[in-house]
Amino acid sequence: MSQASILDRLRPHVPWGLTTPREERGRAILLATPGVLLEVLQAVRTHLALDCLVDLTCWDRLPASPRFELVYLLGQAGGADRLTVKVQVESTQPQLPTATAIYPAAAWPEREVFDMFGIVFTGHPDLRRILMPDDWEGHPLRRDYPLTEEAVEFSGHTPKVPSEIVPFFPPRSPSGSGGEAPPVPG
Amino acid sequence: MSDLTRETLTLNMGPQHPSTHGVLRLVLELEGELVQKCTPVIGYLHTGIEKEMETRTYLQNVTLVDRIEYVASYMEEMAFYLSVERLMGVEPPPRARAIRVLMCELNRIASHLVYLGSACLDLNISSVFMYCFADRERFLDLSEMVSGQRMMPGYFRVGGVQEDLPPEFIPAARAFLESLPRRVDEYERLLNDNLIWRQRTEGVAVLSRENAIALGATGPVLRGSGVAHDVRKLLPYGGYDDFAFEVPVRGEGDAYARYLVRMEEMRQSRAIAQQVLDRLPDGPVIVADRKVALPPRHELATSMEAVIHQFKLVSEGLHPPVGDSYVATESARGEKGYYVVSDGSNRPVRVHVRAPSFYNLQSLATMIEGRPLADVVVAVASIDIILGDVDR
Repeated sequence: MSQASILDRLRPHVPWGLTTPREERGRAILLATPGVLLEVLQAVRTHLALDCLVDLTCWDRLPASPRFELVYLLGQAGGADRLTVKVQVESTQPQLPTATAIYPAAAWPEREVFDMFGIVFTGHPDLRRILMPDDWEGHPLRRDYPLTEEAVEFSGHTPKVPSEIVPFFPPRSPSGSGGEAPPVPG
Repeated sequence: MSDLTRETLTLNMGPQHPSTHGVLRLVLELEGELVQKCTPVIGYLHTGIEKEMETRTYLQNVTLVDRIEYVASYMEEMAFYLSVERLMGVEPPPRARAIRVLMCELNRIASHLVYLGSACLDLNISSVFMYCFADRERFLDLSEMVSGQRMMPGYFRVGGVQEDLPPEFIPAARAFLESLPRRVDEYERLLNDNLIWRQRTEGVAVLSRENAIALGATGPVLRGSGVAHDVRKLLPYGGYDDFAFEVPVRGEGDAYARYLVRMEEMRQSRAIAQQVLDRLPDGPVIVADRKVALPPRHELATSMEAVIHQFKLVSEGLHPPVGDSYVATESARGEKGYYVVSDGSNRPVRVHVRAPSFYNLQSLATMIEGRPLADVVVAVASIDIILGDVDR
């Protein structure tokens, strides 16, 4: 079954006004609001038989608002159906309900998103950092978290910020223009 | 039983332990020999690759993706570049697609040989370990022929591969594939009739079909639990629909089933690789669009345009259009995919790796809780984790 029909099959089961369906490069995408996320996931699981949480991740849309976009990729064990559910979350005290009750596989990826972006999943059974040390401060994959080089004791070496090594070229830079300083987030 | 004997013992296994296949730490709560609770602690190999990729161009990032699942680098590059190509709307020429499939399948064989060797070593069957690594050496030689590197090849490019296959590669690859079935049969004979191997893997580290699906397991772990799920068949990518192969499935869900699935997968990968060699199309190995692919080396001496294109691509890099993309691929350990977000600049805004080892490792606790401590080693080996893939 083609991916286009997935959104049509889902339509009767979710509050359609609070979600935006989209079709992009062969992927069926549903943009949901945080309030209806669990309802959408439950409907996808029950009515579309998408029983696998294939992937759960997040990216920082800084300086756009809402700041964070979470991406739930849902699939089917032994089947080819795929649906991407996206939710956008504001930057102040970002939080979302946990999906672990519907998809137990969300336990670790939600911990990773919490670790890397600081998004709190309410109701998560064990929300701790997973990749960074427990006493780490900050959330490394946020765009305003600087990537720096550790100072070394050699003389004559000035540590460079890695993002300054590769010149930044903004979208559609005119050909022949030089590299520019990357935009300072924040 | 007195209160003293009912107490549980907390045992820390790893992060430095020979049978954790990397720096994995398991906090085990034991009651006698039985594991009551298992808490994996990961992150010891976290190198911030996803963050680092945001500061590099798409061409430079091939160096980083190789280091994620480092025994299956070709499949890693395949997943990353398919996602970038989907974003840019670039389609590699037929010969490049065939070469990519060929290298991925050879790499899958080598990766399963690493699994088999290290799983055997954990059970003290060290001769199979030596044989497997000797065979894998032949793949590393093939890799060196095409890319100049034995590991971390950096061979794929947006829109194709870096260089055509050298003339000595095809006879060497054929010889390797020719000898492989005999070797795989030999290992199977060595292990299937081995009482230790059978008793330590059969009925051990069992993962039911329901749990495997619920916990997000993919690859041989899911297929060992009775689900015929192979992305190469279900969502064909990169030209896999041109080749005939079968998806081995076992229903037992134990370590032995996962071993049998991988053994059969080696034979199927060999079948695919032979079909590629038989029907290798002629033609270019990378797209002709100079805004995407570097010009051939020899043109740099004669063509000013080639020099300009080379300079622009190396210094500035590509500008994929605004948007995001994800292409699912079947790596040696399960579904591997890169979620790439572009804002139209020369660097990705976000690269997320859907790491099969990360999701597969989630099912470890389910496999071993209530089982003896000795099964932990078998379970970890049968999931076949690569810690570079778990921690990224």
